[in-house]
Amino acid sequence: MIEQIDLSMVNWARATFALTAMYHWVFVPLTLGLSFLCAFFETIYVRTGNEQWKKLTRFWMTLFGINFAIGVATGIILEFEFGTNWSNYSWMVGDIFGAPLAIEGILAFFLEATFFAVMFFGWNRVSKKFHLFSTWMVAAGSNLSALWILVANGWMQYPIGMKFNPDMARFEMQDLWAVISSPIAISHFVHATSSGFLLSSLFVVGISSWYLLKKRHIQFAKRSIAVACVFGLLSSIFVAFTGDEHAFLTVRTQPMKLAAMEALYDGHEPTGLTAIGIVNSDKEPGDDQDAFSFKIEIPGMLTLLAHRSFEGFVPGINDLVFGNAEHGITSIEEKIKRGKLAVAGLADYKKAKAADDQVQAGQALSLFDANRDFLGYGYLNSADEAVPPVALTFYAFRIMVGLGTFFILLFLVYIYLLEKRQLENKTFVLKLGFISLFLAWIASQAGWIVSEVGRQPWAIQDMLPVTIARSNLDTGTVMTSFFMFLILFTALLIAELKIMTKQISIGPEGE
Amino acid sequence: MFGSLDWSTLQQFWWLIVSVVGSLFVFLTFVQGGQTLLLTIPGSEDEKTLMVNSLGRKWELTFTTLVLFGGAFYASFPLFYATSFGGAYWVWILILFTFIVQAVSYEYRRKPGNFLGQKTYEVFMFINGSVGVLLIGAAVGTFFTGSNFTLNEFNLVKWTHPLRGLEAAFSLFNLSFGVFLVFLARTLGALYLANSLDHDGLVARLKKSSFNNLLCALPFLLYVLVSLLLMDGYAVNPVDGTVSLEANKYLGNLLQMPLNLILLLAGLVLVVLGVVVNRFTASVRGIWPAGLGTVLTCLAIFFVAGYNNTSFYPSKADIASSLTIYNASSSHYTLTMMSYVALTVPFVLAYIVWVWRQMDSKKLTIDELAADKKSY
Repeated sequence: MIEQIDLSMVNWARATFALTAMYHWVFVPLTLGLSFLCAFFETIYVRTGNEQWKKLTRFWMTLFGINFAIGVATGIILEFEFGTNWSNYSWMVGDIFGAPLAIEGILAFFLEATFFAVMFFGWNRVSKKFHLFSTWMVAAGSNLSALWILVANGWMQYPIGMKFNPDMARFEMQDLWAVISSPIAISHFVHATSSGFLLSSLFVVGISSWYLLKKRHIQFAKRSIAVACVFGLLSSIFVAFTGDEHAFLTVRTQPMKLAAMEALYDGHEPTGLTAIGIVNSDKEPGDDQDAFSFKIEIPGMLTLLAHRSFEGFVPGINDLVFGNAEHGITSIEEKIKRGKLAVAGLADYKKAKAADDQVQAGQALSLFDANRDFLGYGYLNSADEAVPPVALTFYAFRIMVGLGTFFILLFLVYIYLLEKRQLENKTFVLKLGFISLFLAWIASQAGWIVSEVGRQPWAIQDMLPVTIARSNLDTGTVMTSFFMFLILFTALLIAELKIMTKQISIGPEGE
Repeated sequence: MFGSLDWSTLQQFWWLIVSVVGSLFVFLTFVQGGQTLLLTIPGSEDEKTLMVNSLGRKWELTFTTLVLFGGAFYASFPLFYATSFGGAYWVWILILFTFIVQAVSYEYRRKPGNFLGQKTYEVFMFINGSVGVLLIGAAVGTFFTGSNFTLNEFNLVKWTHPLRGLEAAFSLFNLSFGVFLVFLARTLGALYLANSLDHDGLVARLKKSSFNNLLCALPFLLYVLVSLLLMDGYAVNPVDGTVSLEANKYLGNLLQMPLNLILLLAGLVLVVLGVVVNRFTASVRGIWPAGLGTVLTCLAIFFVAGYNNTSFYPSKADIASSLTIYNASSSHYTLTMMSYVALTVPFVLAYIVWVWRQMDSKKLTIDELAADKKSY
């Protein structure tokens, strides 16, 4: 099926996609939450008629607009990169994957784009209520857009509602509703959007804290913090709950990812959760080395998270690679063997069909059908390829969870101090709030590393490895475009940061 | 409803939808065209700002339509999406680059702290309006001239030209198509701006400009149309799906689909009418007939490329690899489901029209921009 696989090209294509996705995810989470915060602020303005709230709304809207433009720019690249760098993927799953992208365009992007103009330029052209409606529509549009792209991503993590068509050599959709309502897709959506709300709240809290530290725009900052802290606290609690649900589903759908998140090599019953640890980077599946140089474990906690009880088996990397008959786990070697039978069956089927040999085609199709569930494994050469980078996934998971817990405490402290009217005197807390603005991005990026690095080598879980999903390009071409994107995105990021910091330094008085 | 339609009807229906989205995109390139006028039309910084702000309120619609065009192609004709984007790599990467730099230009151009400077963003806008539109035109031209790709038995694409798509810009037909689109976009841009601005001097210059740009577009359009009528086309055998070269295929398509011919002629007449009315009368509403004419003309061109048993993405390297709306499409199920989703499009268009009317009921003035610190 594939003549030659140039791994260096695949790695550059992965790097390009990771680069674009990570840049995109610098801007998008802020858009998701800040649009709602602007809507909250403006709603208070319309209800109270207090011009201070209007000034406040317009200030945060300006920062939203600066950020929004570059989010849109990086977003278009992601959509088209599926075609440019992953054209085999685009053909093999386009029947399913293209649908949410098209729906995103129709139902979300136009909502956002149309009402964005009113939100920014309609203050004196439309009525107050219509303007407020437009602001809410922008918030709805940006979050609807996240829904559809996360439905698509959720399907890549847990492909359902489809079948493989051997005549077309592609996966085809059988049940759109199953794709949309997939528990993984929903879980991805609520976790990612609520983490965006959390990040945006910290953005508002961080900048407002800076104003309080500088003794500037005191009332403005306290008002902003009050709304953002409530939104942030609710969001952060929601993020924790949805994160728990997400981990619960991951055990069932992507056990290798969970094993990597925990650097768990040998499953036990019950299994502890590593709170803090240093991963032994020399450790390979099946060897006798310890997985950790150091760790502090909470006994039985991982089993509790995975099964919602202290009973149940959580498979480790060794169980998944070498198989575990007691728990009904097939080894990767066996899956590869059966996958290769599926690949060979498919190739023979195509040849026999071309030669119009119905008997041979029938036999080849039977062989393919008997092994089709392992098709993706047929493109792996060794079991090791099925193990994602363990250390990166492990640390990213801990950074995400650790910071997420810290943010909940931070919001509680801020709300308490606001209530006691002591916030502006607590320099240490305000500095912590300002620093958290940056920590929010680290947590957010770490979350995506867990999600995407943790599922390697799969473009479509168990069905399509990234080596097969790529375009037929040479390394030099992809490498050149990688550096072009790197330079352009970095230049635009610097431009955005300079404009943002200048705008923040000018403050709401400039509104 | 849609589920009971046969697969080929759904495939034709989806070619219609993709054609409509593509044609609306071409109409909305008035934003790109307007961007290229920024170098020559405004006589002062205030006038330039006025033009930028008028265009800036619509840029996202063009951008979003481009994204929708890509998404609709992906969902309905994934083999085209994979073949064209994965194969004609550089032409698409460059198009995307011009759109990335455009996306930030309006917002960043005059913001304090802008370290690239105002001029840089204006150059970005110009590149998007000229190079971006030219390359899009060249890419669309390959619907008729063909591209250099082969597909294996698993439909995986291999490009056979080292320039990976950029070679399209070296074909006179494709290049003429691209240049025609650039001048058309400039014509539409001038018409749109003349209708939306309250500034007598600027409007007078824009009215002249729309006429001059149409004159510049005409030779290229003429070359494209005459070539199209004379060239061999890629015909599809409706029984076995094989593709072969057929003399004057596109002329045949127009004659065998007379409604399409009427669509093309009506479209061209409306474009000319819009420009002439704007140039020689006091009216500034020429954008509407010209816009409608653009949509009709583009629809006719898309229909000629895809309907009447024609390969819409022919392969010059291996004619058997050519794509048709039948072999490049999604499954019956996906086309059915997406057809239901497409029923929401009229509602989307309705609220776009509504908001457009709300925002443009009052013409934009320099005084308004001076009072608005949020202006671009």
